[in-house]
Amino acid sequence: MTRKKYFAVHAELSPRAKSVLGVLSFVLPIFIWCMVSYVPAIWHPLVLVTDPGSVDYFQVGMRVDHATFDMETNDAKSEHRTLPAGQPTNPIYLPAPDEVLKAFYTSFTTPPEARDSPWLHQSLWHSIQIIFWGFVISSIFGVPLGILCGTYTPISRLAEPFVEFFRYLPAPAFGALAVAVLGIYDGPKIAIIVIGTFFQQVLIIANTTRKLDGALVEAALTLGTKNIQLLKRVVIPGILPDLYRDQRILLGWAWTYLIVAELIGTTSGITWFITQQARYQHFPKVYAAIFMIGIIGLGTDLVLTYLGKRFFPWDLSGKK
Amino acid sequence: MNAIKKLPSYLEQSDDVRARFDRMKARDIILDVKGLGKKFTDPSKRGNEVVALKDINFRTHRREFLCIVGPSGCGKSTLIRILAGLETSSEGQVLLQNKPVTGPGRDRGMVFQGYTLFPWLTVKRNVMFGLEVNNTGAVESERQALQWLQLIGLEKFANAYPSQLSGGMKQRVAIARALANQPRILLMDEPFGALDAQTRARMQAHLLEIWRKIDITIIFITHDLDEAIYLADRVLVLKAHPGEVQELIEVPVPHPRQTVQFISDEFLATKARLEELIHAKSGSDDDEDMYPMMQRLADVEDSVE
Repeated sequence: MTRKKYFAVHAELSPRAKSVLGVLSFVLPIFIWCMVSYVPAIWHPLVLVTDPGSVDYFQVGMRVDHATFDMETNDAKSEHRTLPAGQPTNPIYLPAPDEVLKAFYTSFTTPPEARDSPWLHQSLWHSIQIIFWGFVISSIFGVPLGILCGTYTPISRLAEPFVEFFRYLPAPAFGALAVAVLGIYDGPKIAIIVIGTFFQQVLIIANTTRKLDGALVEAALTLGTKNIQLLKRVVIPGILPDLYRDQRILLGWAWTYLIVAELIGTTSGITWFITQQARYQHFPKVYAAIFMIGIIGLGTDLVLTYLGKRFFPWDLSGKK
Repeated sequence: MNAIKKLPSYLEQSDDVRARFDRMKARDIILDVKGLGKKFTDPSKRGNEVVALKDINFRTHRREFLCIVGPSGCGKSTLIRILAGLETSSEGQVLLQNKPVTGPGRDRGMVFQGYTLFPWLTVKRNVMFGLEVNNTGAVESERQALQWLQLIGLEKFANAYPSQLSGGMKQRVAIARALANQPRILLMDEPFGALDAQTRARMQAHLLEIWRKIDITIIFITHDLDEAIYLADRVLVLKAHPGEVQELIEVPVPHPRQTVQFISDEFLATKARLEELIHAKSGSDDDEDMYPMMQRLADVEDSVE
C-alpha cells in the first residue's frame, strides 16, 4: 500500500518525507564512508605499523600490505626476534571522515609550506574570482545573443550552426592557445571558463527564449506593441524566470571547468592548494578542499534559488 | 419529426427588430472585407495548396455584434487572425474605416481562446499594458486601467497576478486589457471556449453588458450556436473546404437579450437554420457524423433503453 504510494510515477511526497529523504541523500554516502573507514573487517587492505620490532626497514606509521607484514612476522617468529606490531588500515588516499573534518579547520590555520605561497582562504578567493569573471564575461555576450537567436530566426540560423559546432570543441584544448595569447596568469584561466560556458549558454538561452508562449507575443502585437518594445516588454520579462534558472545551472557548469582552467599557465587558486597538498600526501586536506568547492557551489545555488523565488513571485513552476 | 409546432421563418422580423437593424445599417461601416482569400501550402500533402478561405465578403457597422460560426476547418480562426493582422491574406483586402489592414495594430483589440494575460504583470499592469506601449503616461494609464477594472468588476484584484484568478476572471481582464486601448473593433476568438457552462453563461451576459455601455464593434467566433444567437446582431455562417460565406443571418431575437429567449420561437427558428447550414449539408466526405455499423458488445438482456 505505502510502497505503491511512494513509487507511483511522479509521486507527491509530504514535506516531511521530502526533507527526510533530502537529509538521507547526504547521510547515506557519509555512512558508507564511515563503515569503510572505521570497521576493520571492511576492506582495510594494509597494515599500519605501530612498532617495527626487529624488522629493520619498518617504521612507525608505515603502511605495508598484509602479505609482507605476515611474512616479516613469521620470519621474526621463526628466528625468535621481536615481533613487529600493526593494525589493519586503509590506503593513505582514503582518509577517515574525522580526519577530513579536522582538515577543514587545519587547512585554514596551517601556514603554506612555501613562504610566498597563498593561504587557503586566499586560494579559494582567487578561484571564486576566476569563476565570477569568467561567468560574467560569458553572460555579457551569451545572454543577449541567446535571446536574439531565440527571438529572430535569421540571427538563429546565422549564429547557431557555428555555435553548435564550437561547443563540441573541449574548452581545455584551447589552454595552450589561451596562454600564448593571454599570458600565464589569470587571463587564460578566465578564457577557458568563458569558452566552456559561452557556447552552451547561447544554445540553452536561445531554446528557453523559443519556448516563450507565442500567444503572449500575439496578444502584445494586437495591443499595438512594436519591434524593440516587444523584446523589452514581452520576450525578456516572459522568459526571465527560466533565464534565471538557466544561468544557475550554467554557473554550476562553470565550476566544473575551474580545475582544468587553473592548471593552465601558472597553477593557481584551489587547484594549486589541492596539487600542493597531494604532493605532501596530505590527503585529508585534499578531500577537504574538494568538498569546499562542492559546498560553495551548492551554497550559491541554494541562495540563488531562494532569491529567485523572491524575484519572480508570479512564477509557479519555481515553487516546486 | 419531433417538431411539435411549426416554427416561424428565421427571416421574419418583428417591427422593433427591423427598425433596430435599420438603425444599425444606417451607422458607418467600420470593417469592410473584400474578396478575402487565403491559401496554405501543406507540406504533409507534398506542398499542395490548400484553400482555407475563398472570396469572403462582408461588412460590419459601428456597434454591431457579429458572430462567425462554421464547422471545424472552415477557417474561422484564420479569418479573425487575418482581421487582427496576425496573418496575411493571399487575396483581397480588409478595410478598417477605409484604411487597409497591413498588420496588427491598436485599432483592433483581440481576445484569444487561451489565457494570454502576461503572467509577470499584475492585473492592473496587464490592463495598462496597451496604454503604456502606446505612450500614455503612467498616471493616466493607471487611472484608466482602474476604470476598466471597475467596469468588469475586478477592481479588488488590481494587484493580484493572473495565476491567482479563475478562468472567467482571466478572460474578463483580457477583455478589459483589449478595450483599454480603445480599439474600433474587438475581435474575439472563442474566448469562452475553455470555460465551464455556468461561467460561460455569466461571461456572455457580462460581455453584452459591456457592449451596451461602450462604443465598440465586436466580431466573435464561436462554435456554440446558442452562444452565437444569444450574442449576435448578425451571424456569419461559413462552410468548410474551402471556407466560404454561406449566409449572413440577421438574428430576429429582440433586444435586450435575456437567457429566457433561448426557448423563444425566433431563437429556435434561427438555431434550426444554423444547424441546417452547418450540420446537414456536410456530405459523405465528412466522417465526423458517420456512424459505422457497430457490433453489440454488451449483453442483449442488459439494455439501457
